[in-house]
Amino acid sequence: MTKDMITPFETALLSLDRLKASELLGATSGTWSAMEQLKYMVVPALDRIGAGWETGQIALTQVYMAGRICEELVEKILPREAPERKNQPKMAITVLQDYHLLGKRIVLSALRASGYELLDYGRMDVNELVRKTLEDQIELLFISTLMLPSALQVTSVKGKLEQSKSPVRIAVGGAPFRLDETLWKSVGADAVGLDASDAIALIDKLSGVLP
Amino acid sequence: MTHNTISSLDRVLTTLSHKEPDRVPFFLLLTMHGAKELGMSIKDYFSKAENVAKGQLQMRGKYGHDCLYAFFYAPVEVEAFGAEVIYIDDGPPNSGTPLIRDPEKIQGLTPPDVGHSKCLRKVLEAISMMKKKIGDEAPIIGVAMSPFSLPVMQMGFDRYIEIIYERPDLFSRLMKVNQDFCISWSNAQLKAGATAICYFDPVSSSGIVPPELYLKTGFQVARKTLSQIQGPTATHFASERCLPIIKDVARTGTAIVGVSASEDLGQIKTACKESHLTVLGNLNGIEMRRWSSDDTERIVKEAIAQAGPGGGFILSDNHGEIPWQVPDEVLLNLSEAVRSWGRYPLTWVEKRV
Repeated sequence: MTKDMITPFETALLSLDRLKASELLGATSGTWSAMEQLKYMVVPALDRIGAGWETGQIALTQVYMAGRICEELVEKILPREAPERKNQPKMAITVLQDYHLLGKRIVLSALRASGYELLDYGRMDVNELVRKTLEDQIELLFISTLMLPSALQVTSVKGKLEQSKSPVRIAVGGAPFRLDETLWKSVGADAVGLDASDAIALIDKLSGVLP
Repeated sequence: MTHNTISSLDRVLTTLSHKEPDRVPFFLLLTMHGAKELGMSIKDYFSKAENVAKGQLQMRGKYGHDCLYAFFYAPVEVEAFGAEVIYIDDGPPNSGTPLIRDPEKIQGLTPPDVGHSKCLRKVLEAISMMKKKIGDEAPIIGVAMSPFSLPVMQMGFDRYIEIIYERPDLFSRLMKVNQDFCISWSNAQLKAGATAICYFDPVSSSGIVPPELYLKTGFQVARKTLSQIQGPTATHFASERCLPIIKDVARTGTAIVGVSASEDLGQIKTACKESHLTVLGNLNGIEMRRWSSDDTERIVKEAIAQAGPGGGFILSDNHGEIPWQVPDEVLLNLSEAVRSWGRYPLTWVEKRV
């Protein structure tokens, strides 16, 4: 049943049919809990859409709109303050230095639509980001960049957080990291995500749930 | 004319007609490196037209590439609309907080007057200065953002995507304003001495909008806009993919397509040749900062082997702007590699096959 439900849900998302997507998700509410609806419908559909973008079958605007629709639907069945939401490890997301916010917005939508809650730091410079990360005792920090100079600034963030003995793990994403596969390691990040669904897998990996 | 005396402009024109000139032409699309050349900060460099003109001429003298590039920085156009530009020490000036925060403001938006805009006039002055020095020896490449891609800087990408899908009225109004501006800005650059206009249109790429949506949006905008630009144009996708839409791109009236390092250059060349488009690309600028001389030679050779035969190819980076972090040594190696391996006829490629 699950497999049969995912494809029409994915199709509804890609054709921006909010009503249909809402109906399909709603039809499972008698069978599944809200978290199960996310696990068996929303996350697999977003995974497929992310994979489609990676292979060039789906465009970024579709990824963004699908994530936004899912975020709206999930907000209704599992509000941000709901106790079932997964807020561990303590996470935050930011755009470092530059003003290109779309990548962060897509990842944020996908994570929230998957039942995770995290702090949205918006756009920050290095010092501001280090201060907030320490102050909020963040354990997993997502950093999005579009410009190469911003990506290279991750080195400073990492160095300053290490100096402060912060245990935070850093996951990076964005165009420079896709164009140079070695860049994430050279700036000292703990992981790289090439699309929004990678971000979900990274939470498990970096928080030690998976080996 | 012998192969030794051919000008850069003739070299480029020959390849555009899908014939082989003396060697593969190459464009080093350098912007910020001019500041290094003149020993000043990026902000100071872009503050005066004469700096950019001098920097471009000096860099062509140093690397021997086949164009001058009149591109200052991407947000110069939104600066003309009234937006802020943010300078950093080690990268291109960036657009700050988007100008249009409330999409309804699009209804009242009007295009800036090119002749009265200080930042645009500076670019036009730089083009005139370059033209006086270079004459017809090398093409001067002017730059305009596509009306379809400019809104990313005008209002932020997320809000823009939402109006593309959900507010056709605002989308249509924004395209009208941006088209009027793009046409007058492009034609002013041509009048000042630019040889051609590089029309940056990353949002039209297949990685950003689905091809069927491109046909209804970016394609229509490009066709209308390019037909009113009074000179040749090159459409550049700024590192984004375009292979699925190449035939449609050709129908917009453009002559050259700037392509991504993420796509197979051989496939791109085949598709472009069928549509009589010239390929511009596709060296990976992000990786370029750490290329050894061996890397550079191998990568340049591979690109020439894939796209060089028969002309219709200009070697360049894949983004339309070489990052500040790319060392001069890599650029010199690149130049050397083109001279060693780009000389026509490409007998070494034929032997390899």
